[in-house]
Amino acid sequence: MSTLYERLGGEAAVDLAVDKFYRRVLADDRISAFFEGVDMERQAAKQKAFLTMVFGGPHHYTGKDMRDGHRHLVARGLNDSHFDAVVEDLGATLKELGIPDSDIAEVAALAETTRNDVLDR
Amino acid sequence: MPTVTFEGRSYPTEPGETVLTALLRQGGAIPHSCRSGVCRSCLVRATQGTPPASSQKALKDTLRAQGYFLSCIAQPESELTVALPSDGVIGHTRAQLLAREQLAPDIFRLRLQAEEAFPFMAGQFITIRRPDGLRRSYSLAAPPTSDGTIELHVRRLPQGQLSGWLCEALELGAWVDLFGPEGSCFYLPDDPTRPLLLIGTGTGLAPLLGIVRDALAQGHTGPIQLFHGSRHPDGLYLQGELAALTVTHPNLTYTLCTSATGPRADVAAFGAIPDTSGWRVYLCGNPEMVKGAQRKAFLLGASLAEIYTDPFVRAG
Repeated sequence: MSTLYERLGGEAAVDLAVDKFYRRVLADDRISAFFEGVDMERQAAKQKAFLTMVFGGPHHYTGKDMRDGHRHLVARGLNDSHFDAVVEDLGATLKELGIPDSDIAEVAALAETTRNDVLDR
Repeated sequence: MPTVTFEGRSYPTEPGETVLTALLRQGGAIPHSCRSGVCRSCLVRATQGTPPASSQKALKDTLRAQGYFLSCIAQPESELTVALPSDGVIGHTRAQLLAREQLAPDIFRLRLQAEEAFPFMAGQFITIRRPDGLRRSYSLAAPPTSDGTIELHVRRLPQGQLSGWLCEALELGAWVDLFGPEGSCFYLPDDPTRPLLLIGTGTGLAPLLGIVRDALAQGHTGPIQLFHGSRHPDGLYLQGELAALTVTHPNLTYTLCTSATGPRADVAAFGAIPDTSGWRVYLCGNPEMVKGAQRKAFLLGASLAEIYTDPFVRAG
């Protein structure tokens, strides 16, 4: 077991986490408004892509994809506090799944690398 | 190495190549993005041959059963013929109107007889084409029968062009063109004990009734809870038939909801089932209801992959 992605359980871990993470995000009043009216299946696929990335798994997303994918939300007021809320929900999801704090910290650090792209600055 | 056929052209694959890379390398145009089996942009359907199981793993069961797979992670193990989901690689047959029965002031049950074998799953939908080209889609309310009859429920809409024709003008014995089937809202016999929740408004009852009948015919033993809603009592129909089904099948319950005087069908359903973990959920009819109930069912615990939806977009 070398990479964080493998240590967490690879794709199976992502599959397990994605419903729990998305449910937590949708129920979070701080950010749920950004998910109003979206196609839930497509959104879940995006959540899965995001989790694969922050677990350190194989992905092809670039900073440009992140910018393009969130620009309409930045226009609606997406800011650091919302980004923090998502990272917090992610940490809580992983805690619920029994993932050690050290791994959660590593996931949070990977998520952090996307902040400026997501917020388009 | 296996060959992939797409839009009538053959694409040989090289060792280790995926369906997507083989097609792109040789000029085949398939939408794609992540190339990691995540974003689903590259979804295609195997119309012949069997795609690798790993390329179907992330998809809903009903999509898998229809041969859909993610081309970016599929290294073909055998010959495949593939089509884009938008290609409408679907069947066509002619069908004859056998019977028309008025179920409610504006709702009619049509029975049609297909001219040739027309495989489908109850709960999917077909598209009817009038001789002048006008098309509308209707859900299949009963499983296939040995004699090839097809049951549809049609709401006659004010100024509804095709619905008016089907409900009034079309004569018994006349022929119509049918295309399909399409849609992923149908019963799968993978777990006969799984609880099923079905919520529909208006003629959203049609696919749900098809799914219920199919489940019962296949020996489903788990609880099946059907909620049918309408704004006014005029929009409810087949109460007698459904009540009779609950008598012969004690695992089926049926709840009628009239939202002008009581709770909406989805509100009643989630009041009765506050924890949807482990349930398979089917939602058909009014698009706003379907969208809201999908979110609610998910937040109450159902896995998103277990929620099947068919929003009816009204076209007349």
